[in-house]
Amino acid sequence: MLRYAFRRLISFALALVVASLVVFFSLEVVPGDPAAYMMGLNARPEAVEALRAELGLDRAPAQRYVAWIGGMLQGDFGTSYTYRAPVAGMIADRLWVSLPLALYALALSTLIAFPVGIWAAARRGSAADMAVIGTTQLGIAVPNFWFAMILVAVFAINLGWFSAGGFPGWENGFWGGLKALTLPAIALALPQASILARVMRSALIDTLGEDFVRTARAKGLSPGQALRRHALRNALIPVLTIIGLQFSFLLAGAIIIENVFYLPGLGRLVFQAIQQRDLIVVEGVVMLLVFAVITVTFLVDLAYAAVDPRLRRG
Amino acid sequence: MRALVIGGVLAGLFMLAALVSFVWVPHDVEALDIANRLKAPGDGYVLGTDHFGRDVLSMVMVGARVSIAVALVAVGIGMGLGVPLGLAAAAARGSLLDEAIMRGNDLVFAFPSLLIAILITAVFGPSALNAIIAIGIFNVPVFARVTRGAALSLWTREFILAARTAGKGRARISAEHILPNVANLLIVQGTIQFSLGILAEAGLSYVGLGAQPPTPSWGRMLAEAQTMISFAPHLALVPGLSIVMTVLGLNLMGDGLRDILDPRIRRVRA
Repeated sequence: MLRYAFRRLISFALALVVASLVVFFSLEVVPGDPAAYMMGLNARPEAVEALRAELGLDRAPAQRYVAWIGGMLQGDFGTSYTYRAPVAGMIADRLWVSLPLALYALALSTLIAFPVGIWAAARRGSAADMAVIGTTQLGIAVPNFWFAMILVAVFAINLGWFSAGGFPGWENGFWGGLKALTLPAIALALPQASILARVMRSALIDTLGEDFVRTARAKGLSPGQALRRHALRNALIPVLTIIGLQFSFLLAGAIIIENVFYLPGLGRLVFQAIQQRDLIVVEGVVMLLVFAVITVTFLVDLAYAAVDPRLRRG
Repeated sequence: MRALVIGGVLAGLFMLAALVSFVWVPHDVEALDIANRLKAPGDGYVLGTDHFGRDVLSMVMVGARVSIAVALVAVGIGMGLGVPLGLAAAAARGSLLDEAIMRGNDLVFAFPSLLIAILITAVFGPSALNAIIAIGIFNVPVFARVTRGAALSLWTREFILAARTAGKGRARISAEHILPNVANLLIVQGTIQFSLGILAEAGLSYVGLGAQPPTPSWGRMLAEAQTMISFAPHLALVPGLSIVMTVLGLNLMGDGLRDILDPRIRRVRA
């Protein structure tokens, strides 16, 4: 297990390095000088030059890459070109909306998908199972941001149960913040829950056909007991992978959903930054999200190996 | 079989609408007609008009063209690059090349198509082409993985051994024997990626990273409809349902095709 973990750790680190190179150098080819852009049209050349030096733009790309990585490792993401504020602080503020939203959605999706998937698998071929298949088929086809708009129209505008958008801030109470994230989280969660429920169902149906489940039944367990004690645990491996994969989709999805609800999250930050050509903010946000995805993949790999020793040889 | 027919009809309907829009639309999608703005469906405008008086049906038809073209070309990019990579990785199983291709795949997987689109848009500015490239890049590792997985098990079969004894090289075997045998799988995966591409394109153009005005696209129609949903719900319902029906149709087609093309799965299900 240790050797496997070490090998995965090395490829994890390598992936991060290559990803950071891709992010940094793909934005490096952008035409135009951020310093000249910040100073405006009438700036004196000396002033632009001074700002270039201040931002470190006068150095070679390789040097700036090393400085950028070194800074990020110490929590310094550079200074925003438009706001003249530390990017790390701006990202941290927004992360307090986007991350809870993604986790909230992940929790909802798992809480819905597990019982539904198990329930359908246990009644395979019944009318209830068919209803689950049909509903999830539809759920997969619904774009989450459109579903979000429908939720706003019904639950915020018509029924008035929720506010149509905006975020009161966590400092004004946990429940108020959670309430503001509820509709966005539901919109994000339902399509993902549809996928997860289908995976849960088919994984469980596969394991229910295994010999060890028949053995469990033969020794006198009821179908429910055999499912709970033997089949479920073995069906969890594909389900875990999908949950890991979904986290990255939920983070990316959160960025889009934030637009529907006017939430001050990473999405709003990055789309504004693109319009203002504030590339260092774009770099910071993209790198953070890629880091999150790579880390989750790494952790899922380790969790796998912990659950199933056969995978350690891989 | 039933799923394939229902799905084919649903998806085919929108593909037909996209094709028809090249030669005929009920009203010009770029002509503004303020006198007829925000009309409810019916009465000269089958699906109503938007806040500029543009015909929603015409916009949905032209929008179908954009969505379908973006998703289809993105599948082409994914297959064109991913399949050869997957074939090469399987042919050189366990080698440095195989390892490099698989690690490269993992790396691309770490960039959801939205992030690729953000990066490309930050560099080149927004356009439908960016959406195609972003979704296409996202598709590459998917096809590479599916191809490699299927090809690996084929390489252990007797008929491949026979081909090798006959003196055929690995590249030739990959092209002549492996590829035809993974084609079914690729068609099924292609349908799935097609439907995912429609969803991704809608999301990208919704946040302004896809097709730009005045070209209508389903995602941007939804973005514009958002503020008017309480008094003009048809503006949100029509493009939204178009996306749902197209994606649902393609997914059903994928399921149906899998049942027909992969007898192994059919036997397990029966």
